[in-house]
Amino acid sequence: MPIQIEIISPEKVLVSREVDMAVLPGMEGDIAAMPEHSPMMLLLRGGVVALYEGDKVTDRYFVGGGFADITPARCTVLADKAVPVSDISIDMATAQLEALSEAWDKADKTDMSRLVVLQDQIQAVRAEIEAGSGS
Amino acid sequence: MASLKELRARIGSIKSTRKITSAMKMVAAAKLRRAQASAEAARPYAAAMRRMLGELAGATKGEDGAPLLLAGTGQDKVHLLVPMTSDRGLCGGFNANVHRLTVQTIRRLQSEGKTVRLLPVGRRALNFFMRDYADLIVDHVIGTSAKEIPFSVASDLGDKINALLEAGEIDVCTLVFNKFRNAMTQVPTCQQLVPMVVEEAGGKLEASNDVAQYEFEPDEATLLAMLLPRNLQVQIYASLLETVAGENGARMTAMDNATRNAGRTIDSLTQVYNRTRQTNITNELIEIISGAQAV
Repeated sequence: MPIQIEIISPEKVLVSREVDMAVLPGMEGDIAAMPEHSPMMLLLRGGVVALYEGDKVTDRYFVGGGFADITPARCTVLADKAVPVSDISIDMATAQLEALSEAWDKADKTDMSRLVVLQDQIQAVRAEIEAGSGS
Repeated sequence: MASLKELRARIGSIKSTRKITSAMKMVAAAKLRRAQASAEAARPYAAAMRRMLGELAGATKGEDGAPLLLAGTGQDKVHLLVPMTSDRGLCGGFNANVHRLTVQTIRRLQSEGKTVRLLPVGRRALNFFMRDYADLIVDHVIGTSAKEIPFSVASDLGDKINALLEAGEIDVCTLVFNKFRNAMTQVPTCQQLVPMVVEEAGGKLEASNDVAQYEFEPDEATLLAMLLPRNLQVQIYASLLETVAGENGARMTAMDNATRNAGRTIDSLTQVYNRTRQTNITNELIEIISGAQAV
C-alpha cells in the first residue's frame, strides 16, 4: 500500500504522487514516512528527501529546511526551498556558503538566537553542496 | 476653429498614444496570466500551512507563554499598517483605492487615540504616504512590480514585522491590499496579521483524528515558534501575489478603456478635420466664383 507524498515549496507543488516510502531529514534525525505511520509533525533540517518505490530510490529532492506533516495515508513536506537533487547549482550554493561564513564571522557571538539561525543556514547549504556533488 | 495643421498634429499624437496604451494592455494581459498562475501555484503551500497551524494551535491551546505572533502583546495601542501597492502607476484606481482605505483606517485609529505606524510596500504607496504621513513611516519595501516576486521579499518583510513586534514597538499589524477577484475588480481589504487569526482545525476528515494522537518532533512549542513566522511570511507572500495580479488586471482594464477613448477621440477629431477641410474648399470656391462674376 503506497503513501501519498507531497513536496510543496512556497512557489509551487514539486511532487504529488504515491510512493512506498519517503525518508525525511528531520531536525533530530532522519525519519521514514511509510503507510500507516502514526500522525506526526516534524521539523526538517536542510537535507535530502528520498522517495522509495520498492527498495529503490526513484527520486531525490533537496529541501532547505521546513516542516513535514505525516498521517497514515499522506506525507506533506512544506519546504522553505526545494529542488530536485539533479538541478542543484553547486556554484550558487558555494557562493551562498561563502556569504554565510562571512556573516558568521561578523556576527555578534553573544547573540545566541542569531547564531543558531546562521548555523542552521550554513548546515543547510553544506547539505545542499554535498547532495549536489554526490549525484 | 483650430486650423487644419493643428488638427492633423492632434490626431497624430492621439494615434501614437493609442498605440502605447494598446501595447500596455497586451503586456498587462500577458503578465496577468503569469501572475494568476503563480498565485495559484502558491495556494497549496498556504493551505497546508494553515492546516498544520490549526492542528498545532489546538494542541498548544491553554498553555502559557504563547508566542507573540499568535497572542499579540496583549495591548492594542500601536498599530502597524502595511499598505501594498504597485511600483508603477497607470493602472486606474488600483493604488488610489489602497491609499484611500489606509487613510480612512489611519484617521479612525488616530481618533480612537491609537498610535499608527506605516510600512508602505511599493513605490506608489511610499510616495503617497511621504506627502502627508512621513513621520509615521518606519520602513518601506520597493520592488512589487518585478517580473517574478521571489519569496525572499515576503520573508524579509515578515522578519521586519516580527522584529518590530519583538522589540515591543507595535501591538497590532494589519495588511491593506487589493484582493484580486477578477481582471475587472479588485477589492481593497484589511487583513490582520498580528495577533494572528488561526482557523481551528476540525470539521475536516483528517483533522478528526484526535489532536492528542499527534506526535511532535521537536515539541509543540518549538514547532509553533518556527511555524508562526513562516506563516506570517506566507500570508504576506500571498497578498503580494494578489497585488501583482490585481495590478496587472487593473492596468489591463484601464488601458483597454484608454485605448477605446483614444479611438473615439480620433474619430470625432477626424470628423472635425474633414468638415474644416470641406469648409475651406467651399470658401475658396466661393471666392473664385464671386471673383469671376465680378469681372
